[in-house]
Amino acid sequence: MTTEIAVRTDEPEPSGTGLTNAKLAMWAFLASECLLFGAFISTFLLYRRRSEGLTPRDVYNIPFTSATSFILLMSSLTMVLALAAIQRGDHRRLRVWLIATCLFGLTFVAGQVFEFTEFYREGLKLSTNLFGSSFFVLTGIHGAHVTVGIIWLLSLWGLSSQGRLTKLDSEKVEIAGLYWHFVDVVWIVIFTVVYLIPQ
Amino acid sequence: MTSVSDAVVLPSAEPSLLRRPRATTGFWSWFTTVDHKKIGILYGATALLFLCLGGIEALLIRTQLAQPDGTVLTAAQYNIAFTMHGTTMVFLMGMPLAVAFGNYLVPLQIGARDVAFPRINMLGYWIFLFGGIFIYSSIFLGGAPNGGWFGYTPLTSSPISAGVLPGRGADFWAVGIVMLGIGSVTSALNFIVTILNCRAPGMTLMRMPIFTWMMLVTAFLTLFAMPPVTAALTMVFFDRNFGTTFFDAVKGADPLLYQHLFWLFGHPEVYILILPGMGIVSEVLPVFSRKPIFGYQVVVFSGIAIGFLGWGVWAHHMFATGLGPAALTAFGLSTMLIAIPTGVKIFNWLGTVWGGSVRFSAAMLFCLGFIAQFTIGGLSGVLHAVVPSDTQQTDTYFVIAHFHYVLFGGLLFAMVGGIFYWFPKMTGRLMDEKLGKWTFWTMVLGFNLTFFPMHIVGLEGMPRRTYRYGSGLGWDVPNMIETVGAYVLSIAVLLFVVNLIVSFRRGQPSGDDPWDARTLEWTTPNPVPEYNFAEVPVVASRDEAWHRKYTEDAEGHLVRLPRGGADSGTAVATEPVSGKGAPPAEQGGGGGGGHGIHMPSPSYYPMILGAGILAFAYAAIYHSLLLCTVGAIVVLFAVYAWMLEPGTEPA
Repeated sequence: MTTEIAVRTDEPEPSGTGLTNAKLAMWAFLASECLLFGAFISTFLLYRRRSEGLTPRDVYNIPFTSATSFILLMSSLTMVLALAAIQRGDHRRLRVWLIATCLFGLTFVAGQVFEFTEFYREGLKLSTNLFGSSFFVLTGIHGAHVTVGIIWLLSLWGLSSQGRLTKLDSEKVEIAGLYWHFVDVVWIVIFTVVYLIPQ
Repeated sequence: MTSVSDAVVLPSAEPSLLRRPRATTGFWSWFTTVDHKKIGILYGATALLFLCLGGIEALLIRTQLAQPDGTVLTAAQYNIAFTMHGTTMVFLMGMPLAVAFGNYLVPLQIGARDVAFPRINMLGYWIFLFGGIFIYSSIFLGGAPNGGWFGYTPLTSSPISAGVLPGRGADFWAVGIVMLGIGSVTSALNFIVTILNCRAPGMTLMRMPIFTWMMLVTAFLTLFAMPPVTAALTMVFFDRNFGTTFFDAVKGADPLLYQHLFWLFGHPEVYILILPGMGIVSEVLPVFSRKPIFGYQVVVFSGIAIGFLGWGVWAHHMFATGLGPAALTAFGLSTMLIAIPTGVKIFNWLGTVWGGSVRFSAAMLFCLGFIAQFTIGGLSGVLHAVVPSDTQQTDTYFVIAHFHYVLFGGLLFAMVGGIFYWFPKMTGRLMDEKLGKWTFWTMVLGFNLTFFPMHIVGLEGMPRRTYRYGSGLGWDVPNMIETVGAYVLSIAVLLFVVNLIVSFRRGQPSGDDPWDARTLEWTTPNPVPEYNFAEVPVVASRDEAWHRKYTEDAEGHLVRLPRGGADSGTAVATEPVSGKGAPPAEQGGGGGGGHGIHMPSPSYYPMILGAGILAFAYAAIYHSLLLCTVGAIVVLFAVYAWMLEPGTEPA
């Protein structure tokens, strides 16, 4: 029995859609996440003009946020490089790019923490007005998603360091990558809608 | 064919911590099982328990309203009773009962040995159970939910300090529903991947049994309906606890935002509840009419059409809120539109029964009852599409009558019929038919006594959610009739539960295929082995099981094939291997060792992960950093252990 278990091939399981189960589930999950972010973004848009008191123009530091946004987007590039590395069987580069992705992600989250603190100091709190409520909850939930992604990638890095992530496991990296890219794409929408479009 | 994600195989030197439990029988095995059939039974049993709880709450409501100026409940207690009744019946009874059927049947109907994600499947159950316990625990922890099952803001979102809604009930409700939503989404993901990816060879989409089709549509609805309500309840929770102003009109907020987000979930939710019931009816009617379903494609596509249109009708719950003429017209029209695919289905069912050799078994009676009562509920539903008429009916008992006709007269009748129909597959025994027919007629009587008079008092303006009414309004007699009806209903439920227990213990042995049925699940031996099919069936037609049993002679008459003698050769594949039916499965380990079929071993981690999420839920209520840390540690531990545990434990 054990011998049968130990056999693993590169061939995917036959499936109705041609996607493996895990990948199909991740796509479906991300579709569901779209509606979660969609609900919060709609809320922000609805309340943009209704909010009284401090406005986005009073607190935003667009150059700073543009820089952290750029760093987050670059992390998608390193994520792609990480996947390409494991698909080639290059485990050293896989770990390098995974760590790079995590660092970029961490920089983004750190930037968000700094930004939140600044806003707070300037008088924008959760309870200040509708802008404060909808801004902090929307971007906070996005930040939580990035954090989960960082933990996920670090775990993959740990597995790889112990030699437990073989070339055949490249799909695990790919699926983490799907999540990571999704979180980046959502940020593109948030950055455009929440920061760049004038009030 | 078992699963990709769960078949994680790692080098053998595993720490003993990660050893998977082996027992697949006995009491404790129910806590760690990953067998979709056992999980289905767990879902079903738990849902029936919550049905009884919700029923008791309904009886309290009806007892209070039996006479004018009732004194059984105070206003505050009445608020809790109707809130918990609605929440229980929708989230803790209706949805889980559908998931119970889906879990048990979908893999069997598509010829799969297992679901795509056995452990995630079990995780969904634990989150459901813990979520239910969490919401009910509020009764002992500072006040039960009392803001109605759709919890409108700003009532529910006002901070506790404002004293608008006393107690922590609204917090428990918001967090609990979010938790149940996570569970529902995990189970929906599992259904989607299982149905799309794990079908047996030849089981094309248009050969799938209708119940499986409806579970697929339901799973997509669940997947997309849960996020908006999660967002809405997050805002409610933040408003109540962290001083945000999402629904504070003084700060310029729009409380209608909540209603939009809630009903964007709430209306698809209605179809999440009813579509599985429609699927069950579409399975039972053909079998007891000895005819294939009339217009298979039409039934499937109207189900899909309901799934799509269900997203465009939510604002008909808000006709009285002043949305403006354009929105009212659009949503009125879309609501009338969705009646079309629903009506089409009714004619498909009638066409199925028409001219068939009908056997009036208990299962068939319940499904016929479904058609009649669901049609009445559907007709009163169309009335709500007419905006002026709806404005008159909003918040009256007419609405209560409408949705109980579709959800009780429809959904629950279909579910009970489904239990009568599939009980033999689940237990190897038949339910008592005579008692079943008594149950049916008692339930029809009680149901119509309870809910029909509500149409009348509703049209006369009797408001819902009001804990008493004055005498002399002409509502005394109808209300008394309703209360009597509710007690008759509880007798019917009691008869049903007695039937379940007695038949489980001493019911007649059923054999593998007592109803001469049409779908693949009936080709499996009783009890269904852990791996479902010794050999994965090759499917050649819709109603595969039927075509393995019957063929037509030259004149087109039905001829029964000798067992195992089908010319296609496919029937041979599922012949029981030994005379006893089930091949001797090796206990423990992967099970099914005799066939070299590897089923994933049971696992502790779904339960532990569920408990971690429960800790988070309580941490949210009490703002407890300690509980939050505990939850985080438990969740992280469970997730890592989950990922690292071996796929199967060698026997």
